[in-house]
Amino acid sequence: MQNFIDAYSFINLRFLLMGLGVTVFISVVSVILSFILGSILGIIRYTEIKYLSKIVGFIIDIMRNLPLLLIIFFTYFGLPNLGFKPDTIPAAILAMTVFESAMIAEIVRSGILAVPKGQMEGSRSTGMTYLQAMWYIILPQAYKKMIPAIVSQFISLIKDTSLATIIVVPELMQHAQIIYGQNANFIIPMFVAMSVMYFVVCYGLSLLSKGINRRIKA
Amino acid sequence: MINIISNHWEELLNGLGWTLLSSILALFFSLIIGSFFAIMEVLPSKTARVIGQIYVEIFRNIPLLVITMFFYLVIPMYVVKINGFTAGTIGLTIYTSAFIAETVRSGIQSIDIGQMEGARSTGMTYWQSMRYIILPQAFKIVIPPLGNQFVNLVKNSSVLAFVAGFDLMYQGNMLASTTFDTINSYLIVGLLYLVITLPMSYYMQHLEKKMA
Amino acid sequence: MKNKKLFLMPFLLIILLIAGCSNGSVAEQSVLENAKESKTITWGVKADTKLFGLTDVRDGQQKGFDVDMAKLITKKILGKDGKAKFVTVTSQSRIPLLKNGNIDAIIATMTNTPERSKIVDFSNSYFDAGQSLLVPDNSPIKTTADLKNKTVLGVVGSNSVENIKKVAPDAKVLQLQDYAQAMSALKSGQGDALTTDNGILYGMAVQNKGFKVVGGTFTKEPYSIAVNKDQRDFVKAANKAIKEIEASGEYNELIKKWFGDVPKFNYKELYR
Repeated sequence: MQNFIDAYSFINLRFLLMGLGVTVFISVVSVILSFILGSILGIIRYTEIKYLSKIVGFIIDIMRNLPLLLIIFFTYFGLPNLGFKPDTIPAAILAMTVFESAMIAEIVRSGILAVPKGQMEGSRSTGMTYLQAMWYIILPQAYKKMIPAIVSQFISLIKDTSLATIIVVPELMQHAQIIYGQNANFIIPMFVAMSVMYFVVCYGLSLLSKGINRRIKA
Repeated sequence: MINIISNHWEELLNGLGWTLLSSILALFFSLIIGSFFAIMEVLPSKTARVIGQIYVEIFRNIPLLVITMFFYLVIPMYVVKINGFTAGTIGLTIYTSAFIAETVRSGIQSIDIGQMEGARSTGMTYWQSMRYIILPQAFKIVIPPLGNQFVNLVKNSSVLAFVAGFDLMYQGNMLASTTFDTINSYLIVGLLYLVITLPMSYYMQHLEKKMA
Repeated sequence: MKNKKLFLMPFLLIILLIAGCSNGSVAEQSVLENAKESKTITWGVKADTKLFGLTDVRDGQQKGFDVDMAKLITKKILGKDGKAKFVTVTSQSRIPLLKNGNIDAIIATMTNTPERSKIVDFSNSYFDAGQSLLVPDNSPIKTTADLKNKTVLGVVGSNSVENIKKVAPDAKVLQLQDYAQAMSALKSGQGDALTTDNGILYGMAVQNKGFKVVGGTFTKEPYSIAVNKDQRDFVKAANKAIKEIEASGEYNELIKKWFGDVPKFNYKELYR
């Protein structure tokens, strides 16, 4: 018990919360970026533009089938060879964005596929261009259906940021490790604190998603 | 790159073996545990449903790395000595079982309630109708998602590298730090992961299309 | 399927692209010149190693002997208004980051070894460490000879794991991500001993009651600053700075500051 009291000193808790802040920051920025990029890639893959869609599709498949840990290594250790040297936080955001964009692209594509084909033809016959029909008719319906899938992807993104500890990103897991690495009596208190923090954020989000979903359906 | 492969193919294959073993074991056990909690979630008893939901929500909302490190660092201190491979595989199993529980539960719920009632009316008990009528159909529906879970497992098993679990990623780290050729080491490791995951995903996509 | 071959094309292209780029050489310009221009040197330091480079939970800054040395050397090379910037590295990430140019130099408990000398250039040593063992107080292990069939914990990318394989070939070596993990794993009983340099081990023993350093030092580990190949002018400047710091007595002050309170350790042996 004493271990818990010592471990949850103001300074340690503040340090953990700073880590949580970085975790949330990385997750939010990455989810916004990957929502945009993923939508573009998803539409390209759906549209079946000659060669381009095949290549985009294949890159998406590769990203989806690699461990995220490897993608983090490639962005942090590999990208500088191409002349871009990201710090740890931008590197983590980049890695998350690349990985999540591939995931979201697939969600977007299947979301569009779920909209009946006739709608596109119908809109085109009213004189809309392909892109107009996509933007005003197809996508709004598709996104409505995708909300749960995208939120659950966002939740896994938050959890996955813990992997970025391997390149010493100052996020929640890394900060917990620094605390318990200095005093092994703090291992259990740190696991409890960190689990509670991740749980509150992720579970909160999933409740929110359920709420939104009920609203839309009602 | 070819240098690394020809000098270190044994370690790489070894790592691949541990990765596959861990993923297969975790798939097997998480299928059992996941189905167990999925059934809990659809039982008539409210207590059972709540227990099932608590299990699923807890392990779906905590990072795999946290769960794995917990088994590696905490369990040996108080309960039983387990090595990194075991701790990693247990972590993978528990994490994945929560997702499988969700998949199987929605599989069960997608089957018409009338079937359960019909089966019961022929004199089967609740468990008999579950075992012989509902579950076989539910599993048929969930096979493609389960295949995707296996792909996820192979990818996620890379957390074994954090607990010295001898897996492919661990070997990759060793290679990168002994050969100093970081990019090529991880490229090879990446290719080896893709050799397993890519065909598997394509096969699952194919299966989904066929069933749809 | 006819398009199967076509399918593989982008795949091969990506590999060639990445592999091709990875052979390209890093920044050929002089690190020293750049540093003088920007008045900053970017150092790779540890974040998990007590006494050398450890993140302070109070303000998130790295603190330790390596960090203080880096600050002093920066001032000596760039003058009073020179700034030292710190990037946290692990034993695993420090060489890739240096080669990529994310950092100008490594000062992170890094031993000058012949293998590493093929990849990077080293300054003269700024600290004399030696490899040793950390074990629980009640452990039967007294020297490296007792390690037969025992499990020894180390850190990915540190040369202590290579050394221990030579000194105790019958021991099983497990490599963890960093010293924080390795210490936690030792505490959990995942290994019988933890091996790395004595300075780091004493730092761990200070923090964790019930553990002791044994086995004396069975290797010599001269810690040096590492820079990319062909940065001779930086190495020269660093060597000159180290000499000045030793001559002015600042070196001994730093030793006393960081190692003066370590129990069972005669810090005066480290004086220069």
